Amino acid sequence: MSGRRKTAVLTEKTMEALIRLCGVSAVVFVFGIFFFVFREGYDLLPRLDYREFFTSIEWYPTSQNRVRYGILALLAGTFSVTVLAMLLAVPFGLGAAIYVSEFCPPKRRETLKVIIELLAAIPSVVWGFIGLTVMNPLIIYLFRVPIGLNVLNGGIILALMSVPIIVSIAEDALKAVPDTYREAALALGATRWQTVYRVLLPAARNGLLAAVLLGVGRAIGETMAVLMATGHAVHIPTSVFDSVRTLTATVAAEMGEAPVHSDHYKVLFVIGILLFTLTFLVNLIADLTVRGIRNK
Amino acid sequence: MVTAQKKIEISRLTVRFGSKTALKEVSLDVAPNEILAVIGPAQSGKTTLLKVLNRTLETSGDAVMEGTVRIDGEDIMRSRNVYDLRRKVGMVAPLPVGLPMSIYENVAFAPRQAGIEPRRELDAIVERCLRQAALWDEVKDRLDSLGSKLSGGQQQRLTIARALSHQPEILCLDEFSIAIDPVTTHRIEDVLQELRREMTILLVTNLVQQARRIADRTAFLLNGELVEVGPTGRIFSDHPEQQKTYDYVHGIFG
Repeated sequence: MSGRRKTAVLTEKTMEALIRLCGVSAVVFVFGIFFFVFREGYDLLPRLDYREFFTSIEWYPTSQNRVRYGILALLAGTFSVTVLAMLLAVPFGLGAAIYVSEFCPPKRRETLKVIIELLAAIPSVVWGFIGLTVMNPLIIYLFRVPIGLNVLNGGIILALMSVPIIVSIAEDALKAVPDTYREAALALGATRWQTVYRVLLPAARNGLLAAVLLGVGRAIGETMAVLMATGHAVHIPTSVFDSVRTLTATVAAEMGEAPVHSDHYKVLFVIGILLFTLTFLVNLIADLTVRGIRNK
Repeated sequence: MVTAQKKIEISRLTVRFGSKTALKEVSLDVAPNEILAVIGPAQSGKTTLLKVLNRTLETSGDAVMEGTVRIDGEDIMRSRNVYDLRRKVGMVAPLPVGLPMSIYENVAFAPRQAGIEPRRELDAIVERCLRQAALWDEVKDRLDSLGSKLSGGQQQRLTIARALSHQPEILCLDEFSIAIDPVTTHRIEDVLQELRREMTILLVTNLVQQARRIADRTAFLLNGELVEVGPTGRIFSDHPEQQKTYDYVHGIFG
């Protein structure tokens, strides 16, 4: 074996090892995060009253008489804000992606993409600030309600934060559909909208689903903006004008006050485990759906 | 020639993409029920010519077109309904494109767009087209499986069936044999011989022998210019009008 050949083999081996390390590290980090969150909360797990935990709306982690950890209202808060955000963000996001990818003149496309990417770069605390100072008075004024920090405010803010993610991933998915599909559909006498609806959307559905689910993930996991925009009231909402508190906002707001290794501190980590499980389930469902579609 | 005998009249057609000229002053007539082969090396403008015919060229933003193209005497650039025009022209792409739907839906796509809804009518169209494309026997039991799961040759015949589904008067094939084996190629060539009774066929091909086998007339394009068009016998004889034609079909260059 010549020297040059040896070097090539060595380089190949090194690169392979490095790339494998990168791949493995992702797995290591995910398990690492789960491990540390779990470690902080685990010894509360056997002692927790799960019935109360999941069905009670009473969240009194610092009560002098009887401490109560009921997260039903927090779950309802997270759920309501996320659902509203998705109801707003998915149609707008997918619509914008279809426009940018299929209907927009090339010059305007570039401008729009830059602006949409700029939207994704706004820090969440700034969104929260907008929720507090712009949306709040606006909602009070428009709907004549006493307080504008509520599900509607949080939902709109979260929708605004999710739209750029949905747009850019959905647009990539549509762009990845080969042009030959478009040409074939047009050659068969389809209009542009028929082409989008009958050919491009089915062809890009895996990517579009990924876009929507990343948007959902963002909405469930977002903390700072919803903390500032939803009013922070432990309460099951009956309308979009009710203030709520989400799981994430609770963890963020109370983590600093809870004495380390107290039950209060641990229950916040249990909420962390729950959030982790929720996002895992969302991803799992997405994965199974995509597989189901593929095998059909 | 009398006007009625021309299915397609192309006169002084020039197409530019930005600063690049794809077709230069091409004038060409095609008679009804004729098989016209278009041969020429890569980048000679063959595909562009087909894209002009069904006006899909205009979807690629920077294309500029001059000259006129008439189908049945009507200027296609002024045709009121571009979708009707596209249905009149069946197009088969070089690499088969099974649209992301079932075999049945692939063929029923165009009729549905045109507003044909009754299931029985669609069933009849699907069967007729798949039979014409010599695919029916192979797929009749699995019409609901995905079109993109077929083999390359089957997909190519599926695209031919699809192109026939809107009952085109002109069938354009763009190097249909790239992805398929010689046996299937011959089968499709036989199919084309059958189809010519009903329609005019434009066959763009890299295989000069294919042109020789089935075309009535052959046009030779080179760098966007029409070098020569004439009866296939003459083009492939020892004495075509142009020396370049002789060189190309005899493999001396290209």
